[in-house]
Amino acid sequence: MSSFELYLFFGLLAGGYVIGSYLERKHYRSIFAREEQFQDVLLIAAKTPDESLSIEHSEMVTGSVVVSVDYFKRFVAGLRNLVGGRVSSYESLLDRGRREAVLRMKAEAKKQGAKMIFNVKLETASISKGAGKRIGSVEVLAYGTALRIS
Amino acid sequence: MLVSNLEQIPGKRIVQHLGLVQGSTVRSKHVGRDFLAGIKNVFGGELIAYTELLAESREEALVRMQEQAKETGANAVVNVRFSTSSITQGAAELFAYGTAVTVEDE
Repeated sequence: MSSFELYLFFGLLAGGYVIGSYLERKHYRSIFAREEQFQDVLLIAAKTPDESLSIEHSEMVTGSVVVSVDYFKRFVAGLRNLVGGRVSSYESLLDRGRREAVLRMKAEAKKQGAKMIFNVKLETASISKGAGKRIGSVEVLAYGTALRIS
Repeated sequence: MLVSNLEQIPGKRIVQHLGLVQGSTVRSKHVGRDFLAGIKNVFGGELIAYTELLAESREEALVRMQEQAKETGANAVVNVRFSTSSITQGAAELFAYGTAVTVEDE
């Protein structure tokens, strides 16, 4: 390894750590704010809405996001792989992805005036398979049926 | 065409089942997008170009599913599910399927 490669490696590591953790904090702040804002949209995992509800309109809503980890976290996760155990760098990635996807779905429902989303499903797909270490990202999709109640 | 991932359409009654309908699309990102995503990957966070690409493709899979449903004479698709699989490096298949039905007002 030449000294240039070494510098590049440490530069990416430091850049990934500083900017990556800043972006993650910023993302979490925005997630907390929007979770508060969309609190009135209820998510229900049941398949059949209650008979007593008088439903005005129903439509399928989706929310999706692709998120990736930063260089530093990917490096740490690589080290973690040697000894096994909790890989917290990827835990927060998936947490962010799911919450973001759910929030986008809620936003779409709210735009239609719906207050309930039934049969919510979450799906996670790794779109980086085969791309080696270059892209460590996941796609999270949330979908359900939004109901407008009269 | 009504689309729902519930087992029925609320406020409607299913009068006829017309079988499974499906729609799929395989997409890959172009080199420029891949390159930018590679840079973004150093810092982490949302890869907006990919999010848009996948959302568009999923929409297309849904449209294809609805076209197939229309051919069978259905006016609604219930119990819709999505599935994503990566086939090779840089290409993903987006798949939507559901049951085509005919519904009428209750």
